[in-house]
Amino acid sequence: MTVLEEGKGRLFTDPDPDKAREFFKKKSRKMESKVMSLNEAVAKFVHDGEYLAVGGFGANRTPIAACHEIVRQGRKNMAFAGKTATHDFQILAAGEVFDRVDVAYIVGLEARGLSPCSRKYMESGKVEVCEWTNYGLAARFKAAAMGVPYVPARNMLGTDTFRYSGAKIVECPFTGKRLTLLPALYPDVAVIHVHEADVYGNARIRGILIMDGDLSKAAKRLIITTERLISNDEIRRDPTSTSIPFYLVDAVCEVRYGAYPGTMAYEYFSDEEHLREWLNVQKDPEEFRGFLARNIYECPDHYEYIRRNGGIEKMNKLRQKELLLHREITHGQL
Amino acid sequence: MASYNTMEIMICVAARELEDGATVGVGTGAPCAAAMLAQKAHSPNLVIMFEAGGVSPLLPEMPISVGDSRTFYKAVMASSMCDIMETCSRGFVDYTFLGGAQIDMYGNLNSTIIGENHRKPKVRFPGSGGANDFASFCWKTMVMTLQDARRFVGKVDFVTTPGWLTGGDSRAKSGLPAGTGPYRIITNMGTMDFEPHSKRMRVISINPGYSFKHLQDNCGFELLQASNIIQTKAPSEQELCILREEVDPYRYVIGR
Repeated sequence: MTVLEEGKGRLFTDPDPDKAREFFKKKSRKMESKVMSLNEAVAKFVHDGEYLAVGGFGANRTPIAACHEIVRQGRKNMAFAGKTATHDFQILAAGEVFDRVDVAYIVGLEARGLSPCSRKYMESGKVEVCEWTNYGLAARFKAAAMGVPYVPARNMLGTDTFRYSGAKIVECPFTGKRLTLLPALYPDVAVIHVHEADVYGNARIRGILIMDGDLSKAAKRLIITTERLISNDEIRRDPTSTSIPFYLVDAVCEVRYGAYPGTMAYEYFSDEEHLREWLNVQKDPEEFRGFLARNIYECPDHYEYIRRNGGIEKMNKLRQKELLLHREITHGQL
Repeated sequence: MASYNTMEIMICVAARELEDGATVGVGTGAPCAAAMLAQKAHSPNLVIMFEAGGVSPLLPEMPISVGDSRTFYKAVMASSMCDIMETCSRGFVDYTFLGGAQIDMYGNLNSTIIGENHRKPKVRFPGSGGANDFASFCWKTMVMTLQDARRFVGKVDFVTTPGWLTGGDSRAKSGLPAGTGPYRIITNMGTMDFEPHSKRMRVISINPGYSFKHLQDNCGFELLQASNIIQTKAPSEQELCILREEVDPYRYVIGR
């Protein structure tokens, strides 16, 4: 197979499946309790200089509590998978946690606007960038999950996105067509927020999976943050609902509202007021420093952050909004 | 005639392109409003897909995010990024709507950087997101954007998302799936398609109150003109009523 074109971006991880197999060969398969605090899990499994990926999409089912903890513990020089990344990316950028990014979607908060702080960081020249697309990164996790060095695809062709990526274009040996090869991406560590998990790490995700099925398999180490711990009996009563099996998982942290201020499907909707404040305060560096101190650095954990932003009353309102009860209440139909 | 604003006419024009039974990959904002309007006005069997995994939801209100829970509210399936994009790659998805900071005469889009230096850009934008994937895989790509010479430029700083690339048969030669490509550019002043051979942007319809000169004056490259340019039909009372009362009652997208 001849390589016709090569992107000039650098690969931040090794796509060699045999090296990944060597790692997974030694990973424990023991079904033992992995419950620990988020503080402990980040200290144990998230290291300076490593490659980090987080689950979810935008500000939906994103492990925000973990992102705060990573910033609080002062991780530096990491590489980050900027796939469909919004509030997660912006928090990590505020902490200058990473200096290398695989970019599919960064700096924006979708329709809510762009984040001045993360734009400034990305425009500073301090961050090495390799360009991809959302499907490009999803397919790279898929290749890793398959245990192969790449998967072929038909995106990115003809564009600067390809030219600044780490992909290659080849001629298909079966059809003669030009194909993009997307190299396997094995993150050193990933964090995925789920609805329910048992103490061993068997985890349930409700609603869209986004790319977290493949990400959980691609990651060398995996931290699960969960809205609720449930019993192993409950997992075994309904195995159809298991999204992630225990042997992929290194730590299980019960963090209720762990995706706040983002949305957790069927649990709570995003706190739009707080996200607006997050974008607004970034216009003034002094105000932004104050915001970070108040909401991240001074908080020992996620619960203190929530207490400072409306506490259980706010969480109840966001739950009503998620379940569309706010409309029934407003319309007097309850 | 009913009065309407810039966003309202763009959304109505876009919605009319979505025939009953078609599939469309959308993001939030105006594209989602167009798909919702089409579904309620004339295409009850329109299949709406969101890249994060929402398949054919009964949208209770405008989603804020492409992955928020509204995008799979009463959906037929809550799937994944790979599932949606691979459904597009298999040729199952007819339309998609995109936007960008810059667009050129071949419909190439830039949503990555402004400036020459990729490592240290003047302005950093989000990047492709799913735009490059949708534009590579979906049969017909449509763009909704304001007509503005700063957006319609001779050369985009970065080709994030493929249009007709350098025109002619360059898109086909690149290896992108055959038969795909930019189809309509919908602005506040009119609608463009692409001349079949050169693949250059061509005006086919002009919105009420504007002339070809308005479009050309707000475009950084020479626009072609179709032989039979028509006047865009203004939004009807029915379209506006559905859009304002059912699609976007809080006026998130259509504004005040």
